[in-house]
Amino acid sequence: MDEPGSLISVDNVSFRYGTDLVLDSISLDVRRGDFLALIGPNGSGKSTLVKCILGLLQPSQGTIRLMGQDIRDFTQWHKVGYIPQKATELDSLFPASVREIVAMGLLAGKKFPRFLGASDAKAVNDALELVGMETFTGRKIGAMSGGQQQRVFIARALASGPSALILDEPTAGVDASTQTQFYDMLDRINREKEITLVLVTHDISVVTKHVRQVACLNQNLIFHGSHEEFCSSMQATRLFGPDAHIVCHSH
Amino acid sequence: MEILQFGFMQRAILSGVLIGLTCSILGVFLILRRDAMIGHGLAHVTFGGVALGLFLNVSPLAAAMVVAVLCSIFIIKLRERTGVHGDTAIGIVSSAGMALGIVIASVSGKFSVELFSYLFGNILAIGTVEVQVAGALAVVVLLTVILNYNDLVFVTFDHELAKTSGIKVNRLDTVLAVLTAVTVVLAMKVVGLLLVAALIVIPAATGLQLAVNFRMAIILSCLTGVVSVLGGLFSAYYLDLPASGAIVLLATVFFLFAIAAAKFPGLAGER
Repeated sequence: MDEPGSLISVDNVSFRYGTDLVLDSISLDVRRGDFLALIGPNGSGKSTLVKCILGLLQPSQGTIRLMGQDIRDFTQWHKVGYIPQKATELDSLFPASVREIVAMGLLAGKKFPRFLGASDAKAVNDALELVGMETFTGRKIGAMSGGQQQRVFIARALASGPSALILDEPTAGVDASTQTQFYDMLDRINREKEITLVLVTHDISVVTKHVRQVACLNQNLIFHGSHEEFCSSMQATRLFGPDAHIVCHSH
Repeated sequence: MEILQFGFMQRAILSGVLIGLTCSILGVFLILRRDAMIGHGLAHVTFGGVALGLFLNVSPLAAAMVVAVLCSIFIIKLRERTGVHGDTAIGIVSSAGMALGIVIASVSGKFSVELFSYLFGNILAIGTVEVQVAGALAVVVLLTVILNYNDLVFVTFDHELAKTSGIKVNRLDTVLAVLTAVTVVLAMKVVGLLLVAALIVIPAATGLQLAVNFRMAIILSCLTGVVSVLGGLFSAYYLDLPASGAIVLLATVFFLFAIAAAKFPGLAGER
């Protein structure tokens, strides 16, 4: 049974790639309005768990519910935005303008044939304004910097009016100052738009500065609690080794 | 204009333009999905289908259509269900199709000349019924692309992301492969099976060099494809060149110009 206010509910989920157990009996609730960091070392199963939540992989055991509905019956995909680790993989020749990329975010909420109209153009502009990219509408996505591309991908996810955004290592390959602006923008989206954020990251400094909830994964869920509890625990040292240096910021 | 007075030239222009358009549009999606070689593979399969049609004494076009469509679906399913890489699946199916054609031609021993005419194409010999069939099928392909345009762009951009938006990506993959199979069979009369992949790949590659958005890529690809077909036909008439070779060489020249234009900022637009 979901906890009240639970947006994403993972109940006793396990996943195997062939015979390799990647996720072992994970149970996790993400409540509406949370800003949760999903952290863990390489190969800990973070991206696998995200793919299970997005319906891209089928768990070998357990259930996942989105907005109270079993994921196998879930159809409101426009309510869940996904931002993959894209900036470093994008084909620079891909001939898509910023406007075309953001408009893709509107397709999930439409029925066949998914034509776009005048009201959709407004939704695209509004989403671009939210991420400060409204002057870039005609630019080719492949010609933009990694940080700009990720803002455009956030706008794509925001265009459909989602309740939650799931971001998988969104700042990989992005320079430090751009990362700071990027996380400030996520903070704003979380607080002002009340959009639930799930952030998969290796970057422990992000955890201490921006998020309110932390889940540590290493095949099992080894910690799930508030940012303050995480800072006062020894989980970071256990996960990232004795050299991990944490400076916690109060929110 | 003298060239337009002849019925054979009118038929060639009409069918060439329609098929050039379908090849150019599909080519943009296929290249960006790293599936450019599916046209080449399905051309080999079509060779087997034509041979089967001639052997069974049924319409080679119809037999080729059935074989190419079935093989296109098989390529997609092989990739989806066994994890075989796309190029490997194309390589296996296309080789098997070509082998089928060679074996049938050898066993029957009587229609090799007719079979080989399909390898090189002869758009100037296209008949009225073939123009009607080509026209109808080209309209079906174009309508299917128009109705699925936004989904196809999204799936082409990011397969996984499109899946998370609830788009039926496997179904679209199959639709695109079937449309490609139909187009390859239609195009075999225009440029022949040996060059059909060129009509799919070169105009699209030309458009992609210069486009700053998807719509522009498709428009530039279509322009290159149609102008190449028309230029090739005019060359065939006035210079007595083989139309198929002239069409592909002209498209290649446009591609080289596009590469040069892309090197100069301003000429190619904001990039």
